[in-house]
Amino acid sequence: MTSMTAEAAAVSHDHDPHATNTGISNTKLAMWLFLSTECLLFGGLISTYLLYKTRGNGQVLPTDIFDIMFTSVSSFVLLASSLTMVLALSAAVRGDMHRTRVWLMVTALLGAVFIGGQVYEFTSFYYEGLGYTTNPAASAFYTLTGFHGIHVSLGLLMLMSLFVAAGQGKLTAKNHETIEIVGLYWHFVDVVWIFIFTVIYLIPAE
Amino acid sequence: MSEQVAHAESHTHEHPSDFEYVKVALVLAAITAVEVFTYFESVLDWGAFLIPSLLIMMVVKFWLVARMFMHLKNDEPVLGRFFAGGLALATVVYIIALLAFNFWS
Repeated sequence: MTSMTAEAAAVSHDHDPHATNTGISNTKLAMWLFLSTECLLFGGLISTYLLYKTRGNGQVLPTDIFDIMFTSVSSFVLLASSLTMVLALSAAVRGDMHRTRVWLMVTALLGAVFIGGQVYEFTSFYYEGLGYTTNPAASAFYTLTGFHGIHVSLGLLMLMSLFVAAGQGKLTAKNHETIEIVGLYWHFVDVVWIFIFTVIYLIPAE
Repeated sequence: MSEQVAHAESHTHEHPSDFEYVKVALVLAAITAVEVFTYFESVLDWGAFLIPSLLIMMVVKFWLVARMFMHLKNDEPVLGRFFAGGLALATVVYIIALLAFNFWS
């Protein structure tokens, strides 16, 4: 009877009131479903760029003015932010909310550096004659990388919300899954950039 | 009751240690560095191996982030199947679309 009580206590401790019969929380499942649909969104944008990348109408193409060293640094920054994101989750699982906040802030800062880099890249491209409507290649390039930038910016908002919630004591080791779900989104954005960096920037146009 | 305990335990996932995360990040950084080097032909002329090598490195990085950072290695297999489903659907749909527009011809 005593062991039964202990088992019951263990079960009630492990299961939250919103537990599902699959053992996977609805929010986590929803995030994974959302991410799988995002594959189709970015697949469409990448395919469009691949189709139009050489259509410059006699004007400058994005591939003519890529600054690979600069974009490489941005890629390293985004990869580093994925590491700091998992370190934030790891600290939250341990119940170390101070470190969680520190890593969340570092992740947000790295994301902000990436966005700053993208703004700089877009501005320099514009001054080199590549506007949004210059040619189909430019439109496809700005739409693809701009959509990715919007995703990173939304991720920044989520990270800052987590940072504030952790500061107010609303985020604890018990509900660390919230950090994990935001982390899934953040890593997905990183994964998309891995794809964009190779297919758009590194693989030669012709 | 013991079945319930087993059910609860089956959904308790071990996350990798911080050290493992750092190791994965270092591998990702090393692969990215190799990718960047391929851009400069003066370092090494990759010839016909360039595009396949870049694609392989991209897939390895993608797989490492999904498996380790997104915890697909230790999480419920159904989550990985959802993601793989979306990815496979997107790949098939857009390969067909690119073929329809004679992208490779």
